[in-house]
Amino acid sequence: MNEHANSTSANTSGVTTVVNVGLASCGIAAGAQKVYDTFKTALEGLAVELTFSGCMGMCYNEPLVEVRSLNGGRYIYGKVQPEQVARIVHEHIQGGTPIMDWVVYSDRIKTPDADFIDKQQRIILKHCGVVNPENIDSYLSVGGYKAIEKALKSMTPEQVIEEISRSGLRGRGGAGFPTGTKWSFARKSPGREKYVICNADEGDPGAFMDRSVLESNPHSVLEGMLIAGYAMGAENGYIYIRAEYPLAIKRLKIAIAQALEKGYLGSHILDSNFSFNIMIREGAGAFVCGEETALIASVEGKRGMPRIRPPFPAQSGVWGKPTSINNVETFANVPWIILNGGDSFSRFGTENSKGTKVFALAGSIARGGLVEVPMGITINEIVYDVGGGLSSGRKLKAVQTGGPSGGCIPASLADTQVDYDSLKKIGAIMGSGGMLIMDDSTCMVDVAKFFLKFTKSESCGKCTFCRVGTKQLLKILERITNGEGRDGDIELLEELGQKISAGALCGLGQTVPNPVLTTIKYFRHEYEAHIFDKACPAKKCKALISYQVLADACKGCGRCSRECPTGAITGEKKMPFTINQEMCARCGLCISVCKFNAITVTTGKERGEVKGV
Amino acid sequence: MSNPDSLKFSAENFDAIDQIVNKYNSDKGAAIMILQQVQATYGYIGQSMLERISQLTGIPTSELFSIVTFYSQFRLEPLGENFIQVCHGTACHLAGAERISEAVQHVTEAKPGHTSPDGKFTLEHVACLGCCSHGPIMTLNNETFARMTPEKVKKMLKQKVEDKGFVEQSQSQSRLTEGRELSE
Repeated sequence: MNEHANSTSANTSGVTTVVNVGLASCGIAAGAQKVYDTFKTALEGLAVELTFSGCMGMCYNEPLVEVRSLNGGRYIYGKVQPEQVARIVHEHIQGGTPIMDWVVYSDRIKTPDADFIDKQQRIILKHCGVVNPENIDSYLSVGGYKAIEKALKSMTPEQVIEEISRSGLRGRGGAGFPTGTKWSFARKSPGREKYVICNADEGDPGAFMDRSVLESNPHSVLEGMLIAGYAMGAENGYIYIRAEYPLAIKRLKIAIAQALEKGYLGSHILDSNFSFNIMIREGAGAFVCGEETALIASVEGKRGMPRIRPPFPAQSGVWGKPTSINNVETFANVPWIILNGGDSFSRFGTENSKGTKVFALAGSIARGGLVEVPMGITINEIVYDVGGGLSSGRKLKAVQTGGPSGGCIPASLADTQVDYDSLKKIGAIMGSGGMLIMDDSTCMVDVAKFFLKFTKSESCGKCTFCRVGTKQLLKILERITNGEGRDGDIELLEELGQKISAGALCGLGQTVPNPVLTTIKYFRHEYEAHIFDKACPAKKCKALISYQVLADACKGCGRCSRECPTGAITGEKKMPFTINQEMCARCGLCISVCKFNAITVTTGKERGEVKGV
Repeated sequence: MSNPDSLKFSAENFDAIDQIVNKYNSDKGAAIMILQQVQATYGYIGQSMLERISQLTGIPTSELFSIVTFYSQFRLEPLGENFIQVCHGTACHLAGAERISEAVQHVTEAKPGHTSPDGKFTLEHVACLGCCSHGPIMTLNNETFARMTPEKVKKMLKQKVEDKGFVEQSQSQSRLTEGRELSE
């Protein structure tokens, strides 16, 4: 990819058209690299610049290709397959006529998907999907590193902190601590050796904001760290990033090398007295390391176990020195605030939650992807206006925010505003930005069990309540979904949940019961159905469902029988087949291969009737 | 990789460990980085490797062992010929990751976190690969496949099951492809 790390500006040597392919991990998983390679061949000999960027945000339309010309506007093609490349080159690039059927977004016309972009408020994502993440010149061409220049040349560290405080920026990792305050604590701590840490240990399953920002615009995060370093008086920074994000790590390494070469990192940055270096530490796969004291232990090469605070990292962090830990998204906001002023930033949002928030919109949503919205927008607006409603055509059941530490918000509360305080009030949290849309085929007990399974194995084991309590919570949830739930189990879950929250040291343990407590609070009837009726209303829990062939619809083609991994389906050709319930593993393969919708799933009472057949 | 024990006394293999330790040991708190590099080289971290690292760094073997068992990235068993990761993030879970895992287990006979008895497949469950809009996600030998179904799993792995030859583990940069085309 490196040999194409050329400029994104369209004014080099007579080139009037730029083709930009989105190459972040999710685009690549959808086949964007092949599309890029096909363009490379197809554009040979033409006065067209081929470049790539990170995430354009419209994950649901990947692979995405943008065609920009100096006078012809911007057109983004969605779900581009290599076979389509020749026609795009011929008709649009050479012929000048965009193929409107394939265009998903343009600055010239309003496409059906336009709301996805137009209803957003993009500060952090403004240059994601635009700049080439592997080329510092591309970042410089959109005003990159102007903020650190401004800070170094015209602001004192105190003024920087003052500006950040005035913006109202709060930590985007989930806890929402005011960033300016955090920096000023670290600044006031005595000692010359101080550290800035960027927390890129994006551990919440279902969240990919930080990965996208790092893959799409890594320099913005480096610049944010530089400004933090200047404000606090730190000369060293660490980026603690998940090893599961190889592309983000690669692009960060390139960005650091280029910034060093251009003098934006290293000693005497921009001829000032400020020096700053950034090192990368790869996380080794422990969710608890998102907690700041655990993260510090891991940076020091130890097991990532949280410790009691105080002392807070601002007094004694990595290597016992004053340390400020901020999230990727928090840092990415900083250059914009310095350039545009804290007051401009605080115009967005609500009284106590300023600015915008990036969400990773996923699950049963029509337009899933990376969205940045002003704080205070309602969940409904995100789901329907930005996200285009549910993908399955089914009904919205719940929205999950905050990952394993968060809660499930029922559809009835979807007019809740998205800000730190409103979400907290209904038992959920802002979290780092994962937002999962669940339709009515989702079993809420199963969701709670899913999160507990995760947190149980991720509990570091230090506090008894978390270590043993998560195990017990999971055990109870397992017996409920296995059809062995007992009267009193719901109350037991509630009591245990409250005690774990009270008895755990760190944020992980304190929030572990949230998925359980909120699903009980809003979906108690589903727990009751599992326990008392031995029924899973969403037909998800294997022990409570049966698969059955609908004799009227079955054509006897035998496809299900051939595909069944356990050999549970038998019958004669052209006659209705039958499923042996003892042998059936309930994998659901038969349903996905049946072309006649002749297989049904039953639960609870109706299941008993089927069994009797 | 057929008999990892025969490799562990080879001087050449310890050389790689020595080089890694030399490169990182001057950094403060390098234990995790050293272990990551050793695993990247050998595919896993064996007992004798821990002992060698301990000798070179002065960090007690017990402490190194406590680190490799704490972090899920580290493997104490050698990799099979084919390395499969099934994403079990929330979005993939809702999209049916469990069915993908089951299909993989059924075809390969590898249990999650382990290698199949014939040494051909290692199956790992991972928390989230961050491709949430394209779930369920599965990787095979570092190639990512989107929107998997149990049928695609069967089709994809069947060929590898029958394949008698040694499939070399790709050390190069991750190649990513779309699963969609495999259905045809």
